Amino acid sequence: MSKPILQVSDLCIDFVLEDRTIEAVRGASFELAAGETLAIVGESGSGKSVTALALTRLLPVPPAVIKRGEILFDGQNVFTMDAAQLRKLRGGRIAYIFQEPSTSLNPVFTVSSQIAEAIRLHRPDVTDVDAEVIRWLDAVGIVDAAKRMNDYPHQLSGGMQQRVMIAMALACQPDVLVADEPTTALDVTIQAQIMELLASLKEKFGMAVILITHNFGIVSGFASRVLVMYRGKIVEQGLTEEVLRHPQHAYTRALIDCIPRLDSNEKRLKTIDHAALADA
Amino acid sequence: MASFIVRRLLLSVVLLFLISVISFFIITLTPGSPYPWGELNPKISEEVKRVFREKFHLDRPLPEQYALIMRDLFTGKLRSIKDERPVLEKIGERLPATLVLNLGALALSLSFGLLLGIYGARHAGRAPDVITSVLAFVFIALPGFWISYLLAIVLVDYAAVPILGTHTIGVAFTGKAQVFLDYWWHAMLPASILAIGGIAVQSRFIRASMIETLREDYIRTARAKGLDENAVFYRHALRNSIRPLITGIGMLLPALISGAVIIENIFAYPGMGRLGYEAVLERDYPTLVALNFVTAALVLLGNLLADLLYAVVDPRVRLE
Amino acid sequence: MITAAPESIEAAAPSAPGLRAWRRFRANKVGVAALAIVVVLAAVALTFFVLDRMGIPFPRDPDATDLERKLLSPNAVNWLGTDNLGRDVLSRILNGAYISLTVGFVAVFVSLSIGVVVGAISGYFGKWVDNVIMRVVDALMCFPSFFLILTAVALLGPSILNIIVVIGLVSWTGTARLVRAEFLTLRESSYVQAARALGQKSWKIIFRHILPNAAAPIVVTAVLGVPEAILAEAGLSFLGFGVQPPQATWGNIIADGKTYILDAWWLILFPGLAILVAALSFYLTGDALRQAVETRSERQ
Repeated sequence: MSKPILQVSDLCIDFVLEDRTIEAVRGASFELAAGETLAIVGESGSGKSVTALALTRLLPVPPAVIKRGEILFDGQNVFTMDAAQLRKLRGGRIAYIFQEPSTSLNPVFTVSSQIAEAIRLHRPDVTDVDAEVIRWLDAVGIVDAAKRMNDYPHQLSGGMQQRVMIAMALACQPDVLVADEPTTALDVTIQAQIMELLASLKEKFGMAVILITHNFGIVSGFASRVLVMYRGKIVEQGLTEEVLRHPQHAYTRALIDCIPRLDSNEKRLKTIDHAALADA
Repeated sequence: MASFIVRRLLLSVVLLFLISVISFFIITLTPGSPYPWGELNPKISEEVKRVFREKFHLDRPLPEQYALIMRDLFTGKLRSIKDERPVLEKIGERLPATLVLNLGALALSLSFGLLLGIYGARHAGRAPDVITSVLAFVFIALPGFWISYLLAIVLVDYAAVPILGTHTIGVAFTGKAQVFLDYWWHAMLPASILAIGGIAVQSRFIRASMIETLREDYIRTARAKGLDENAVFYRHALRNSIRPLITGIGMLLPALISGAVIIENIFAYPGMGRLGYEAVLERDYPTLVALNFVTAALVLLGNLLADLLYAVVDPRVRLE
Repeated sequence: MITAAPESIEAAAPSAPGLRAWRRFRANKVGVAALAIVVVLAAVALTFFVLDRMGIPFPRDPDATDLERKLLSPNAVNWLGTDNLGRDVLSRILNGAYISLTVGFVAVFVSLSIGVVVGAISGYFGKWVDNVIMRVVDALMCFPSFFLILTAVALLGPSILNIIVVIGLVSWTGTARLVRAEFLTLRESSYVQAARALGQKSWKIIFRHILPNAAAPIVVTAVLGVPEAILAEAGLSFLGFGVQPPQATWGNIIADGKTYILDAWWLILFPGLAILVAALSFYLTGDALRQAVETRSERQ
């Protein structure tokens, strides 16, 4: 395997609130190779989104405090980058799509102007930006792109909004796409479509993908490797198939058990007994 | 959008009716004699009183009084007790000067309020913001008549600058430009003082709106795209935060017209505020009813225009 | 089924909302200083009111005229100068404090009472009741308030009671809107729905369940309403429709000084400064209070 494009070592992040401090991430370490697909799985509060935002220093500081740790992107230390380097990193090398597409797009600008803004920022060599915008809207499966590009976000359905987000992220040709719960806010049928879209775009353009989710179900078949996070720590990592078949950690086992199965006779859905995992 | 406009217009009609009812009730329900010369004044004969009651329909039941007074108002039959001229005419005379004063103060409030608010939000929480915030409250707490007098003392005593009325008395200006500038000076001085509070209030709202907008998801997206903080602030956040500019119109107009009562008094500016003060002194009820009604109606109009402006600014409303 | 994991290790326990608000307020230096001034002002007003009623002239009798000492600029005897009748300005200012503060507090009490009741009814019952009430509120808010107050006070006669009542009657609309908004939200909360399901009467629900939770913004509005009443009273007095002479009020000292404006700047400066300081300290206290009680979602 070639040198990893992303190396996270011993990342510790605290959130300092007015009456208490929360240890959101406690010593996370992992690597991402170029073109690889990694899934980070965990419940709300496990620290997975915080880790993802930390990659490009998108966390508001305060209240977040990076206690220690190192994040190397393509050999460069993210924490010591200056403002200009950071701006190139964000969107240009590591791009994001977020959970709520309806609020993640600026309501007073058209879809095309928001995508064009990104293109102009990271790919100044592009001369016909409008054509490029249409090309990307097509690529993410938006029908009648030439007309829809002048729409405002609220005129689009949830699924289409997320496609626009994906187009905006990929139009800058990033090395890594971070998808933070991309389908959680969408209808189940749309969820499948978006995951398929992501998979095909991944095939086509070859960027690395970090998929963040609480749903183990969408991980298999999409991600080659998986990290399981629980209360700020990575409790297990490995190849997806391995982890699914032979989960080492109690929490991982509990998570996998929670996935409802078509072939089971169980009458009740399983929950996770946190008390039993208290020493994790 | 068409349905939005229609609904808004209908609402305005309803509100205008309510305003007229309230204006009417203030005067009639206030306990105390309706006669400007006092109930028990022995010099006034019963006949005079009877004619007075006749003229103002005081012997009819209240709803009829209301209808008749409103009719009289609009047909010009409602006349001032002071000089028997139709009140609408008197008000109409003062309207241009009033509009110049109040719209000028409004423009100053919105523009400088916007700038101050943006500045505060850009440096939120840090020293420049704390200072401008306290300063804003000082402006809001400043009594208009006090600062007017202090300013008058400085300007007149030390700078020999004319401040009263709408033109400098005793100086013959040559050419339209000079006359215009003279008028402009005389209007802008009181307008600026009126605007002090307005600027401060407006800046607080803009600042709050910007700080709230900066917490929205799409701001995080803008940063994640690699935009620098200035682009995030001035391009993405600002356009979503100017709603208070529009609601400000509805909020500031009544306050400005109110403040104008005292300011016009001090600067001898011939606007509706001064007319109102004189009417109060003379117990000129018809004028008082009409003034309260007209000023409220003007505010209503301002609100209507502001709401229509929403449609221009916010695509979500426009394309409803 | 997946539930949320408990918070990762935390230090120190969270505390009750009242305590939290107090702690936050205490940390706001500007707010604390402003509150201190408010307390001092109230103490001063009370002290000099009592002294006046007891007939003790301190530092000087505010009503004592001395035509040989009229229109003196600030000096060793009259620290803030004398007015056109030779009365000591400092004494008059100290003596007038209680009027301004009393009008401020009581007028707010009146406007709050009306505003809370109207807003609660409108917000709780909703539908057409809400619609009708809000249209009336909208219409009322179109009136330039000071002019309305002036009109009413002029017609009723300028006594301190009339002034208080009129200011209260004109200012309740803001509170009503706020309370209505709070009620519209709180009405949908689970404990209200539970109370309804248990058959509790509307009035009980309003007063025992919803109102206490809406208390914080109401208190903030009250504190912010005091300086507006003070400024309105000052304006009325300045125009001659406030509390009548010989009783001193900050506004009428300035009014008396109007004619001597170019010669006796102290008659304008000092009473105005008193108004400014009083209004400002209430505004700053109110703003600090607002920041202290804001929940995280409204934080500014």
